[in-house]
Amino acid sequence: MLRIVNGRVYDPANGVDGEVRDVCIADGRIVADVAPEAGRIDARGMAVMPGGVDMHCHIAGSKVNLARKLQPEDHRDDVLARTAVTRSGVGGTVPSTFTTGYRYAMLGYTTAMEAAVPPIFARHTLEELHDTPIIDKGFYALMGNNVLLFKLLEKGRREEFRNAVAWLLCASKAYTAKLVNPGGDEAWKGRRNANVTQLDEKIESFDLTPRQVIGALIEAVDELGLPHPAHIHCNNLGHSGNFETTLETMRIADGHRAHITHIQFHSYGQVAGKSSSEPTSKAREIADYVNAHPNISADVGQVMFGKATAMTADAPLGYMLSRLAKGKWINADAEHESGCGIVPFTYQDRVYTHALQWAIGLELFLMAKDPWRMVLSTDHPNGGSFMSYPKLIRLLMDREFRKQEMAKINPRALRQTALADGLDREYTMSEIAIITRAGPARLLGLARKGHLGVGADADITIYEEQDDKETMFATPRYVIKDGQLIIEDHEIRADHEGRVLHVAPEHDPAIAEVVRAFFEDYYSIRFENYPVDDSYLGKHEQVPTRQQAAAVPTASESSAAGH
Amino acid sequence: MSANTRVVRNATCTFCGCVCDDMHLTVDDDTHKIVKAENACVLGRAWFKEHGIEQRPQALIEGREASTEEAIEAAARILADARFPMIYGLSDTTCEAQRQAVAIADMIGGNIDTTTSVCHGPSGMAFQAVGESTATLGEIRNRADLVIFWGGNPAESHPRLFTRYSVTAKGMYIPNGKKDRTVVLVDVRRTPSAAVADIFLQVKPRRDFEVLWALRALVKGRHVDPAIDQLTGVPLATLEDLAARMKACRFGALMFGMGLSMTRGRHFNSGALLALASDLNQYTHFVAKPVRGHGNVTGADNVVSWQTGFPFGVNMSRGYPRFSPGEFTTVDVLSRGEADAALIVAADPGSNFPQAAIDHLRRIPVIVLDPKETHTSRLAKVAITTSTYGINVGGTVYRMDDVPITLRPALPSPYPSDESVLKRIRERVGELIGGKRIPAMERIGVAA
Amino acid sequence: MSETMILIGGRSSSQGTSLCAGKLGTEYVEVSSTLEMNVEDMARLGLKDNDQVRVRSATGEIVVRCKGRAAKDLPSGLLFIAYGPLSSALMDGDTAGSGMPLSKNIEVQIEPAA
Repeated sequence: MLRIVNGRVYDPANGVDGEVRDVCIADGRIVADVAPEAGRIDARGMAVMPGGVDMHCHIAGSKVNLARKLQPEDHRDDVLARTAVTRSGVGGTVPSTFTTGYRYAMLGYTTAMEAAVPPIFARHTLEELHDTPIIDKGFYALMGNNVLLFKLLEKGRREEFRNAVAWLLCASKAYTAKLVNPGGDEAWKGRRNANVTQLDEKIESFDLTPRQVIGALIEAVDELGLPHPAHIHCNNLGHSGNFETTLETMRIADGHRAHITHIQFHSYGQVAGKSSSEPTSKAREIADYVNAHPNISADVGQVMFGKATAMTADAPLGYMLSRLAKGKWINADAEHESGCGIVPFTYQDRVYTHALQWAIGLELFLMAKDPWRMVLSTDHPNGGSFMSYPKLIRLLMDREFRKQEMAKINPRALRQTALADGLDREYTMSEIAIITRAGPARLLGLARKGHLGVGADADITIYEEQDDKETMFATPRYVIKDGQLIIEDHEIRADHEGRVLHVAPEHDPAIAEVVRAFFEDYYSIRFENYPVDDSYLGKHEQVPTRQQAAAVPTASESSAAGH
Repeated sequence: MSANTRVVRNATCTFCGCVCDDMHLTVDDDTHKIVKAENACVLGRAWFKEHGIEQRPQALIEGREASTEEAIEAAARILADARFPMIYGLSDTTCEAQRQAVAIADMIGGNIDTTTSVCHGPSGMAFQAVGESTATLGEIRNRADLVIFWGGNPAESHPRLFTRYSVTAKGMYIPNGKKDRTVVLVDVRRTPSAAVADIFLQVKPRRDFEVLWALRALVKGRHVDPAIDQLTGVPLATLEDLAARMKACRFGALMFGMGLSMTRGRHFNSGALLALASDLNQYTHFVAKPVRGHGNVTGADNVVSWQTGFPFGVNMSRGYPRFSPGEFTTVDVLSRGEADAALIVAADPGSNFPQAAIDHLRRIPVIVLDPKETHTSRLAKVAITTSTYGINVGGTVYRMDDVPITLRPALPSPYPSDESVLKRIRERVGELIGGKRIPAMERIGVAA
Repeated sequence: MSETMILIGGRSSSQGTSLCAGKLGTEYVEVSSTLEMNVEDMARLGLKDNDQVRVRSATGEIVVRCKGRAAKDLPSGLLFIAYGPLSSALMDGDTAGSGMPLSKNIEVQIEPAA
């Protein structure tokens, strides 16, 4: 039992904006009150927030481990020694798993979602997540290039398509369906490294278009009642003029929920008549669309100058980046499911494109009317490490600091954007709490996260209030996870196992025979050996679908931790 | 075969890196043997046949029979007392066991290395320099119309690599199997693998690098001196033809073995091959794959990488992982006489290592976990009999292409698993050192 | 009467199957102590199948049984032996900073053993 007193509480989901009030914890949850003899934390001069929720990062699994193995040089300079309660590890842009968990916690984050996993590699992601301490975690299963799904869809077998999507989610223990450059893999693997560029072009070898795939997955996920909608990395990432593709993709959603991820990379215009090396900013058009369409949500995918690692299921993009960066490159095809491209990459403030990307990200944040639907991410580690979140927060909250940083970047790039026109907005503490906690939790459909109301998970971060917001958010004084004091006086005091969050949507079990037939013909592993068994979940929670929640009388209490 | 049999379907063979998961095993519960392994190749059949339940001592301490418990105690004491303890092997055990081993190394500030360092370690080093364009085996089966085997003899070491995954197998875009593919074999001698090759290139020993580099040049349209024939044994015209085929194919795969990593040049050879495969992506889709030897060496690479950041040759003596092939790889650590205790899991360096390394293993206390008696278990101070992964005990393994598979054990064993023994060693070592092994240095803070 | 040749250690089918029975078993011992030689080289050295030969590297020396292979399969000057304790005895412990001892293409001196 614990009572946090004297702290300024920021709980925007419950309308609390800096009020000094108590927060009480018992049995891993927030409660209305605790006994007088409960432990106390005196949070005078401190801000109390729910634990951070990162809804899009790349932290665990096959692709991440390839990138981790690729860069010993990235690890040598950044080591984490073991302590009495923690394992040793290494950092850099792709830290080892223990370090990943500890460092998220040390920033005050208590939940993180791995953004892209081919189901055939789900076991690997779960093993790595098991070795990622403290935080709650989950992952999104790649489906936008899934050959079995394509075969069903091109034949118009929509029921089976939806059941197969559900089956894949159950078999892999994923959280939602992820799309990355939908339709692109078949051209990449099957037509000598080609790609798709139009939503209405035919996907190689299939009587299908990316538009149809996107629409079908958006609808299927909605029909299945998943807590988080289809999570979409649009086609043409990184290409000048791609904002049109992004707008078109958002229009496909047609009122259904859809989440557009790292939307900054998809907000580029093109100088008319010039080659594609001259992108411009279309942040205004994109922000306006998102503002006007409540069914659409996004995470920004901010670029931060310095070292990054591009790691993406968008294999053609990976190859394109490798030609730019001229260094080492990984490509890894996963049969029937996905591709993967990995390139070490450094963003430099003097380079026109990089500076433009940085500025567009900030434009999107500053133009967003609804912070609940334009949340914080750097697409770690693609746009920059999650360790840069505190600096990003300062850029958003501190206009003077932002101006200083703007003065360092390529001036021509800056002039392309509205930043130069005096986008003066400063994010408030409450808005920061929304874009780093409350918003992502709500978008993920995690009813007990991102807020401090009674019944919420006791995932709490306490920051010492400081003028320098970067320092403030980089070094929480206390971090509590499931009611356990994990970080006290800036030091890790205890290890902790977080929960794997996953869904298990209802579906017609007969679909298994359809899947089996495909496996027998085309996969190189047996159908029986493909689904991941529960032993890989460790501590876990099955988050209910809309239908499953409605079927439970006390759904709003969410009293069962679930197994 | 008695009447008391049952069938375990879809079990996994872990003898080689093919990790075939379509084994249908007939188990005789009277004789405690696997009497049939449907779908297994000749190596898999031997693997299953020879890993029945044998009468062996639970453990040996200095040659005397002992219980597992006593051996765990002795092992823990050896590790707790050592100043430069090393852990090696791990390629023939489960990921669950591998994780325990890394945890022990972390706790005691030890050296941790796997058989990768004497197998495709050089390819791992090349990977760190160049990267790799690769694919799961199903992609190769379904799409590859040009398959090149370099420095390996799969017909004898990985038979189903040909039959299930790449040559004769039919695929989604390769409906006629071998007829739709061109198969190339490159080696210093004509092995039985040549029987499936449409083209065989015989290279002079130690000249693979020059051949690969010449191919890179030809692919990029550069001039290559015809003296390459004299140097490598391969005529320029043959190389020009091969380069042209590589560029013209729809999906090419280069699968390579120890012929590159274990000879003059080592990681330069692997690096040249990986670079060639990556270069070819300017023209077509091309992938490379190191053909891994042991059933779960890929799992060892993965586990050590995700837990420490580095795939092999890792040392924790400063309290955090450091990677250095040549410094922290086991052959070196032993040949230079640096380790003062060794824990060997599921490997037999006593048979496979250079003499200087074996000599040192005789000088230091060695703990071995193995189902069978080996050269290493004979020289060990503490030898613990454990059960065999994939046959007696379950867990996770990774195929050579990183696909993770869950084992279906067929035959219960009276001997404990590697994982359970390592777990108990870890716990006991923890008690013995009692948190005293934390290095007295400033903990590195959060880097921005 | 010794000659310089190149030794390749490697896997073979029978090495793999006998390994499963155990490295200390007779079959594995036999397989890993059989040296494949080019038939012309054998003739020149006055050797027939199953004769004993001494093979010496900079590091060690072994005595094994030889077996002939046609020139098209094993070029003159090359030797092949299945991995095992004997082939390992010829390996140098110096990995040149790579971790990998040279197990293939080892330069050896070979002569008939009495």
